[in-house]
Amino acid sequence: MAHFDTTTNAGQILAAASGGRRRRGDRIFSNAAVVAAVTILALLVGVAVFLVTEGFPALTASSSELPKGESFISYVAPLAFGTCLAGVLAMIIAVPLAIAVALFITHIAPARIAMTLGYLVDLLAAIPSIIYGLWGIFVLGPAAVPVMKWLEEKLGFLPIFEGPASITGRTMLVVGLVLAVMILPIVSAVAREVFSQTPRKLQEGAQALGATRWEMIRTTVLPFGKSSVISGAMLGLGRALGETMAVAIILSVSGGVTFNLISQANPSTIAANVALNFPESSGLAINALIATGLVLFAITLATNFIARMIIARSEVR
Amino acid sequence: MTPPPPADAAVLSTRSLLAGEGHRGGTLPSWAPWGALGGALVFCAAALAALGWFTIALTLVFGALIGIVAVYAWSRAVEGARRAKDRAITMAIASAFAVAMAPLISLLYEVVRRGVQGLSWEFFTSDARGVVGGGGAEHAIVGTLVIAGCAALISVPIGIMAAIYLNEYGRGPLRRALTFFVDVMTGIPSIVAGLFAYALFELFFGPGIQMGIMGSVALSVLMIPIVIRSAEEVLKIVPNHLREASYALGTPKWKTIAKVVLPTAFAGLVTGVMIAIARIVGETAPLLVTTGVVDSLNANPFQGRMQNLAVYAYNEYRSPGVMKQASYDRAWAAALTLIAIVMILNVIARLVYRRYKTETR
Repeated sequence: MAHFDTTTNAGQILAAASGGRRRRGDRIFSNAAVVAAVTILALLVGVAVFLVTEGFPALTASSSELPKGESFISYVAPLAFGTCLAGVLAMIIAVPLAIAVALFITHIAPARIAMTLGYLVDLLAAIPSIIYGLWGIFVLGPAAVPVMKWLEEKLGFLPIFEGPASITGRTMLVVGLVLAVMILPIVSAVAREVFSQTPRKLQEGAQALGATRWEMIRTTVLPFGKSSVISGAMLGLGRALGETMAVAIILSVSGGVTFNLISQANPSTIAANVALNFPESSGLAINALIATGLVLFAITLATNFIARMIIARSEVR
Repeated sequence: MTPPPPADAAVLSTRSLLAGEGHRGGTLPSWAPWGALGGALVFCAAALAALGWFTIALTLVFGALIGIVAVYAWSRAVEGARRAKDRAITMAIASAFAVAMAPLISLLYEVVRRGVQGLSWEFFTSDARGVVGGGGAEHAIVGTLVIAGCAALISVPIGIMAAIYLNEYGRGPLRRALTFFVDVMTGIPSIVAGLFAYALFELFFGPGIQMGIMGSVALSVLMIPIVIRSAEEVLKIVPNHLREASYALGTPKWKTIAKVVLPTAFAGLVTGVMIAIARIVGETAPLLVTTGVVDSLNANPFQGRMQNLAVYAYNEYRSPGVMKQASYDRAWAAALTLIAIVMILNVIARLVYRRYKTETR
């Protein structure tokens, strides 16, 4: 550290007070900080503006000019449906698991190994999505084929397991499982945070009244963490909605709208559809893809917005 | 129910796993949960083998279920319903944790097993120009490093300055807006970031443009919020008395930040940046849209298409050509290289943090 610079003398203080050299340094630095802050807000606005500008031609074009010869709405609707189906499925699978993982790390595992277990869960978040995709198509998909066959035979009366079961494993169910693994660390990180902040006096009070550990968790930890866990689930949902490569690789796409989770014919998702079609597209087709990206942006923005609102509200409390 | 096997050393450590004492009548021996689980697993393995359906997955699933039911019944008989429920749920939560870890173990195992087959000297030292069904991934490795490096050059100054703004200068509506929108920004899907970069450059360079720097811009959109979040955390824990001591010596604010606050937070800042790079280095979707696919080495981010490992892996899987297996092997080798880069970045980040961490109390 520059020793001479930090020693003080009357002259420097006077210079500072009268807006001399030092004030200029301060002004430059604080302006740079403000510029960085404004740049980021501008970037976010820019994302929306550029997507609108480039997507606009597709929104106004007549049906016959668009890639599939149908209006933009009927082009994007099945994709939006597939996106939501995959995201919600992943959330339904991941959230209970994530809560269990968070409870295990914060309240059940010995404190000695809890930190290491936390690292392991975080490791799941560090793995690139392309690798999840490869793992899904080469490992999990084939392993899930007999399970899906069994589901079709035993539970085929349910619309979601109607079948015919895929023989390749490239189904919505497998996509949901892979997405669930990908969002698990996000949801469980939020849950872990709030579970470990449960006031000690509540927990000890419950146990002093003779509650078993589970009764203590059910009466203090879970109610305390409820709103944060909900927002964590929304964050996870947002991530699942926008996930691209794992879906693009695994899902076998036919384009229809169906709740059938185990068949070969699945609705695509917005993100996967862009990744699959962008490299071979040109002209208005690109504009149409950008416009679908805008729809995805709006959906994830709304999801995240709600999640953050819940967090902000619970922090005030 | 099968008789549980006798206690051993590993079983004794379960005392900490059990709920607090609270006797209701009797108490199960401390090895009861592990004993029941082990017994159930052996029983299931034997029963499934007898039926001819033996697989490891089925054994584990049924073994855990039967183990939980067995402990519940046993505990209910000895300890009463409430303790029985506590034990059963504790075991269920522990099993759920095991279920959540299974994909991680399987994934790492498969990536290493399959990736090693595609690794060779050639993989790291040659590109794939003019080679049919072969070649290496040097161009992809170089591209990955260049694109991620440029993204870091863009994101780190903006991100750290914004964190300084949030922590040292900011107040009022701009600060509140920035905090909120940085959180929102972490939720932007990576493909949307890619489309944004494409739309931005298309306006200036015309349709069909693909360059390395476009990928860096797209990745910056994803990286900046991560950098801000982590930088803000470490700036927050720089103790205020350091700042006050500096002000007391008459040091201007900007110099206090540059010479006192930032050096104190240095280790944490570097760690945060490393982890942010690790997070974006494996991104595929935004680069598929912005940097394109190419077979030859290109280290200039401002001209022409640029390959990277994630897109390389995707492409080797997607269009395998005639020698399918060799192509898949290369995809896995690229995946392994990518995981290695991510892990190395994470390890360096932790080492830096341990080595240069300043005591802040």
